[in-house]
Amino acid sequence: MRNKETSDLEISLLLEAIYQKHGYDFREYSQAHIKRRIMNRMAVSQFEDVAEIQSKVLNDATFTSELLQDLSITVTEMFRDPLFYRSLRENVIPILKTYPFIKIWHAGCSTGEEAYSMAILLQEEGLYDRTTIYATDFNQMALNRAKDGIFSNKMIKEYTSNYQLAGGKESFSNYYTSNYDHVIMNQSLKKNIVWANHNLVTDSVFAEVNLILCRNVLIYFDKNLQNKVQTLFYNSLINGGVLCLGSKESLRFSDLYAHYIELDTKQRIFKKKY
Amino acid sequence: MYYEAIVIGVSSGGMKALKFLSSSLPKYFSIPIIIVQHLSAQSDSQWIHLLNDKSHLNVKEADEKEKITKGYIYIAPPNYHLMIEKDKTFSLTIDERVNFARPSIDVLFESAAEVFKNKLISIVLTGSNSDGTNGIIRIKKYGGLAIIQDPTTAESEYMPKSAIAAIIPDYVLSLEKIIELLLTIDQKNK
Ligand SMILES: C[S@@+](CC[C@H](N)C(=O)[O-])C[C@H]1O[C@@H](n2cnc3c(N)ncnc32)[C@H](O)[C@@H]1O
Repeated sequence: MRNKETSDLEISLLLEAIYQKHGYDFREYSQAHIKRRIMNRMAVSQFEDVAEIQSKVLNDATFTSELLQDLSITVTEMFRDPLFYRSLRENVIPILKTYPFIKIWHAGCSTGEEAYSMAILLQEEGLYDRTTIYATDFNQMALNRAKDGIFSNKMIKEYTSNYQLAGGKESFSNYYTSNYDHVIMNQSLKKNIVWANHNLVTDSVFAEVNLILCRNVLIYFDKNLQNKVQTLFYNSLINGGVLCLGSKESLRFSDLYAHYIELDTKQRIFKKKY
Repeated sequence: MYYEAIVIGVSSGGMKALKFLSSSLPKYFSIPIIIVQHLSAQSDSQWIHLLNDKSHLNVKEADEKEKITKGYIYIAPPNYHLMIEKDKTFSLTIDERVNFARPSIDVLFESAAEVFKNKLISIVLTGSNSDGTNGIIRIKKYGGLAIIQDPTTAESEYMPKSAIAAIIPDYVLSLEKIIELLLTIDQKNK
């Protein structure tokens, strides 16, 4: 650990440099989170101070892409929060069944586990063939892995149990083939997923969608940015469309709260009013 | 000296300690308390309601963006790291586990040190891993107070011992004595 204090001013100058030079805007992210990641990077790379990072950001593309990975937390799971998926089956699938075509947007899909979970659920509910899943993230490396659909088998035991708790109707192993230490997701799950690079801070409305899932992304944003992104979601949803947030995320403090009905308060599922 | 917050890290054997602590502090206790207790990712919040029923203070799970307020004991939700922002609100993240733990004591302690500096009291209680040690090093560096449960009185001695080995603690005390000390500090704090 360096003895030198990392000042908030240095960090905000660094974020300004990243934005000006590369277009990635972290200026309204949680400061505590950004500071923690930067200090980790300083320890790992044995930097003396933040200014050193800043000069690398301006001159070293490889370093910059590493730093962007540091700032994008890609931790995810299949059927994370199984009771959420159970609630999706009970409260949201019946709504989706009323549409001839269904558009779903996974915003901040990371390495894809959430989108594959959704594809499985929709197959079991007989809706997948009329659905397009737009799975987006601003982290291209994560998106590439999502597209491959190859995951380490270390987590499969946990995913299988999540799947069962989520009300899965088959055997989870029907959805992948095992190969040494990894599993490959079935081609049939991928066919209606469109993977796309999209930045929630700097890119615009995505599409007229029936369902948006944005889970464990907004917790990294400050209140102001949360509100901006909530407006983006509101404008992307059709009337009667559904918004799903992470289990610790809330709409209650958003200016848009009054424009939604809570379908499941505990599982953070909201329906846009007509 | 005016203390603005108390952070507590506790792991195995902690339930009993937390029950004792939360039921012993009086209603007028003026310093907000923020706790990381290691629990399984799936555990529900039933035990928090139980603590709350038996406490004169409000015991609740820390909510994202919630403002830290006196009269409250906040507990980190399972499966999220808990951090503190400069404006004294909470942030939650699902970053990788730290010391095999999420929530991790180090993550809370380090961010609390940055915000509260020398106006912070930290307490390491019973536990069988070394989470909290890096955090308390940071807290001492910023001039915060370090109180550690006397390992001979802890259900699990490993965590307090690990912290004691890393810093010069301000106090090493039994849980009963820690509560007495907090009451004394609180008197002077007003
Ligand atoms: C912790 S993961 C959540 C993954 C998944 N939704 C879940 O809950 O398991 C957060 C994801 O948000 C993405 N992210 C962060 N900021 C973003 C932004 N401005 N635009 C798009 N994606 C972003 C990160 O790259 C990361 O993949």
